[in-house]
Amino acid sequence: MNDIGLALRQVAYEHRAFWRNPAAAFFTFAFPLLFMVIFNVIFGGSGGNPGQRAADFFTPSIIVFAVITATFTNIAMTVTAARERGILKRVRGSPLPPWAYLAGRIGQAVSIALLLVVIVAAFGAIFYGVEVPWGRMPALLLTLAVAAASFCALGLALTAFIPNEDAAPAVVNAVILPLLFISDVFIRIDGMEGWLPTVSNLFPVRHFADAMMTIYDPRTAGAAFSPDHLVVIAAWGLLGLALAVWRFRWEPRR
Amino acid sequence: MSPDPAIEIRGLRKSYGSLEAVRDVDLSIAAGEVFALLGPNGAGKTTAVEICEGHRRRDGGEVRVLGFDPEAGGRAFRERIGIVLQSTGVDPYLTVRETIDLYAGYYPHPRATDEVLELTGLTDVARRRVHQLSGGQKRRVDLAVGLAGNPELLFLDEPTTGFDPAARRQAWETVRGLRGLGTTILLTTHYLEEAQALADRLAIIAGGRIVATGTPDTLGARGDGASVIRFALPAGTEAPSLPGLARAADGSAFELATADPTRTLHALTGWAVERGIALDRLEVSRPSLEDAYLALTNGEGGS
Repeated sequence: MNDIGLALRQVAYEHRAFWRNPAAAFFTFAFPLLFMVIFNVIFGGSGGNPGQRAADFFTPSIIVFAVITATFTNIAMTVTAARERGILKRVRGSPLPPWAYLAGRIGQAVSIALLLVVIVAAFGAIFYGVEVPWGRMPALLLTLAVAAASFCALGLALTAFIPNEDAAPAVVNAVILPLLFISDVFIRIDGMEGWLPTVSNLFPVRHFADAMMTIYDPRTAGAAFSPDHLVVIAAWGLLGLALAVWRFRWEPRR
Repeated sequence: MSPDPAIEIRGLRKSYGSLEAVRDVDLSIAAGEVFALLGPNGAGKTTAVEICEGHRRRDGGEVRVLGFDPEAGGRAFRERIGIVLQSTGVDPYLTVRETIDLYAGYYPHPRATDEVLELTGLTDVARRRVHQLSGGQKRRVDLAVGLAGNPELLFLDEPTTGFDPAARRQAWETVRGLRGLGTTILLTTHYLEEAQALADRLAIIAGGRIVATGTPDTLGARGDGASVIRFALPAGTEAPSLPGLARAADGSAFELATADPTRTLHALTGWAVERGIALDRLEVSRPSLEDAYLALTNGEGGS
């Protein structure tokens, strides 16, 4: 089997193991939908003009949340667990190329992220009448690809700063939850004054959210590409990749 | 010994900060041999083995494993070795068979999964998920994964630590089976009886140094090398005049260490028969591997 074949085989095995844990799989999918329903109830759901309703905000924003959870959070937690359980060390002693192992993890994470995008988009279209931006597929797919790749790289980089498996949820949440709150994902901060929007503009989450918002907004003209946002996301992705290459560890810390 | 050793180590050194974990270790392990690295916890066994596996970088010295420098051996090297680390995990949600298949797929000439299951005694639980197994069964999965690639050389780092006696016997049978198939095995252990039961040759390591090398038999005979003759005499009997004779620690018996037990025993029994004296509790004991081990490791003894 060639190396690409080995990487794809890893994806298949990762998927098999993932679906064998039904509780984890169920909540991976239920979680974003639950948030979507709650936010829509709190903030008014489908009332108002198209483009300005709460659901018009929360459909793309929950897509962003789902993609970040499925890539960044998932990779940071599962790769840390694999490291602490000695799985990474075992792989390192086998002929499997290390990148093929990580490609397997990333491939599985990205495929779950894509499935979530489809589910959230369908959920928004069916229950809240938020139209799927079919005419902007190139921009949508490009944004998703850049964001998924970048957040996977950042998730890998973060593992280097997580000392052990038990600390993983705390560290990951401490990094990502504040960003989700200040980055147009859980709360609309577009138009807010002061230092908070300035801070959130430094980080990739808001740029991802705003790029998705632009694609989903029916008032946007044209193909809805957001090169300015994508450049920031990609820059963070490259930083994550550099950190991962520099600091990534294959051996358990304890 | 074969002219092309499986493992050749010269002057190996490795420090962690100020701790010298391995100091000037020389070892040569022949192809097809089961070699045990025996020593107390913290003696440097795992460090030495992990350097051979390519998991750690050495600070100095020469290491050739199957002709490769393990630090630079890469994939071609890893295709020919199997590693069973002290503690490693596998995905808990895959079955035993799937786990073995997964790893077997990384190697160019894997061992048939059924054969791996058979060798490790996992056939009956092949369809169970790893998280449903007992601790001992999980450890056998570790071994099974190490065998999946049909390695020429297998590293076993404390393969039976934590096993109950029955499970240990079974693991030993597996190792003997592999030896019969021609696999070279380097194992570390702090169990003397394990080294004695499995190893063709062994080295005792303490404080990062090899303090003795030999077969389980020859190592037992070294140390001060002497057999000990013990006996008691009826009350009031004067002791024979034999060089080296001493009162045993408990006072009631005599002890005599000798490098030539046949001759010494002959002299002693000749003396007793001549005088019609019964030698009470007469025994001759050869120093065991354990005595040698304890003497060589300064009683740091295994746990």
